[in-house]
Amino acid sequence: MSVLSLSHIGHAYFGRTVLDRIDLDVEPGEMVALVGPSGCGKSTLIHIAAGIVEPLRGTVAAGYRRHAMVFQEPRLLPWATARDNIAYPLRLAGIRARERRARAGAAARRVAFDAVDLDKYPAELSGGMRQRVAIARALGVDPDFIFFDEPFTALDAALKRRMQDLVIDAARNARFAALFVTHDLMEAVRIAHRIVVLDVAGKGIAGQRMLPGEPGTREDSDVFAAVQAFLKRDPLFRHIHDVNERRVA
Amino acid sequence: MFEAALSRLGRMGSFLWAGWSGLAGLALLAALWQAGHEAYGAFILPSPLETLAAGAAILSDGRAWEVAMLTCIRAVEGFAVSALAGAVSGLAAGYFPATMRLARPLVTVLLGVPPIAWIVLAMIWFGSTDGTVVVTVVVAAAPLVFVGVAEGVMTRDRGLDDMARAFGAGPVQRLITLGLRHVAAHLFPALAVALGMAFKVAVMAELLANVGGIGGELARSRANLDVAAALAWVTIAVAALIVVEYGVVHPVRSEFERWRAAAQPWGVKR
Ligand SMILES: Nc1ncnc2c1ncn2[C@@H]1O[C@H](COP(=O)(O)OP(=O)(O)O)[C@@H](O)[C@H]1O
Ligand SMILES: [Mg+2]
Repeated sequence: MSVLSLSHIGHAYFGRTVLDRIDLDVEPGEMVALVGPSGCGKSTLIHIAAGIVEPLRGTVAAGYRRHAMVFQEPRLLPWATARDNIAYPLRLAGIRARERRARAGAAARRVAFDAVDLDKYPAELSGGMRQRVAIARALGVDPDFIFFDEPFTALDAALKRRMQDLVIDAARNARFAALFVTHDLMEAVRIAHRIVVLDVAGKGIAGQRMLPGEPGTREDSDVFAAVQAFLKRDPLFRHIHDVNERRVA
Repeated sequence: MFEAALSRLGRMGSFLWAGWSGLAGLALLAALWQAGHEAYGAFILPSPLETLAAGAAILSDGRAWEVAMLTCIRAVEGFAVSALAGAVSGLAAGYFPATMRLARPLVTVLLGVPPIAWIVLAMIWFGSTDGTVVVTVVVAAAPLVFVGVAEGVMTRDRGLDDMARAFGAGPVQRLITLGLRHVAAHLFPALAVALGMAFKVAVMAELLANVGGIGGELARSRANLDVAAALAWVTIAVAALIVVEYGVVHPVRSEFERWRAAAQPWGVKR
């Protein structure tokens, strides 16, 4: 029984088709990386899957209990402290202030966000800290499914690695399933159970590859070798680094 | 709890500190005024001290407080109506672009007609009554609030809206937790400007419509060529405005804008 099932999804902006006939299932506890070149419709697809955008065609069947989302930008409320930002979804759910505080603090600890920074405003935090707050906000609602839309693209290489490890650990401890959009193949290989490649023009799923072993147990050398093998020998990944600037959003 | 009280105390301290620098500015103005007085003589420009003395003499009379209160009530009444009407229509215009397209030319017209013209029209419609003053204030101040609020709504971050939606927020929750909160940041500066406008226009309308209040007293001082009294009344009007602005508008605004202060580097805090 899948926790997320997309069938025959199609979408168009102002009459221009960006997605067509997309079918995708995610199993419980499974981390699926969705890759494809910039502008191929990954963000549109994940927004549709998360219920933010209404698809033109097709259906989204969600079997999970509670979902959360992490965006490419942190998307924090500038007028609220880190703590209130983490607690924002809890506030939406009508949870009382005292419990919100406690749960926000616990979520911050899970992403190693320093407690002394909890009362700072987003403008006072570095980019990495802001993204930590965004991840804590997602973990705070205790989700069994998380949507990630290129969450670490804006971070430098070292920080990116730390954040990836954080997500891998959180996924193992909390056992949530996830759809993780990225255009970084290395990231996909480190973090996921399965890689799904979107067609260059969004016309369906081009193909998918299962990854051996569990995320977090793979050696760096294996990850590197796998990425090289995909890029050099696997035709599925031929267009992964194409950039059609006019279509990038 | 204790920390919250402490940080509020700290903000009050910096507020008072800002008051000092404001006072320094006023002292500079007084110095220039004194220089003007010494150059042109007491008949054209009485000295600041003379003016203060005249003001004190006026205020020692109980009737003067009634006069000042009358103007304050008219200005605040007009301001309250402007704030409400401007905010509600601004929200509507911001959220529904069709309304904005209708409203924009109206606002241009409203802002383009000089207040003096409105006073004449209001006098014809309402005669020499409170209504004339209040209506003129509303016509002058409401568009300012409207523009502030509509801009606030239109500059809202759609990304935050999507984020809230991803966490299950309905339209009403998004309006309250994101829309109105963001608009508040644009609303308070607009309100401060509208309040100043309300006092200025109220005094002017009183003077022209001959309906008493500070404006009426100014008209009388002019008739008597009593420059000291005229300046004293102006000072009283400005003082009333400052009391309302720093007593109400600024404290409320700084409560809403703590995060903005946090974003400023050390040394340039207001
Ligand atoms: N709100 C929008 N309005 C119009 N076109 C859009 C909008 N969002 C995305 N697009 C277009 O849809 C295509 C896919 O965009 P997107 O889903 O953001 O791709 P990706 O995330 O893979 O880079 C792009 O060509 C982009 O220009
Ligand atoms: Mg994208």
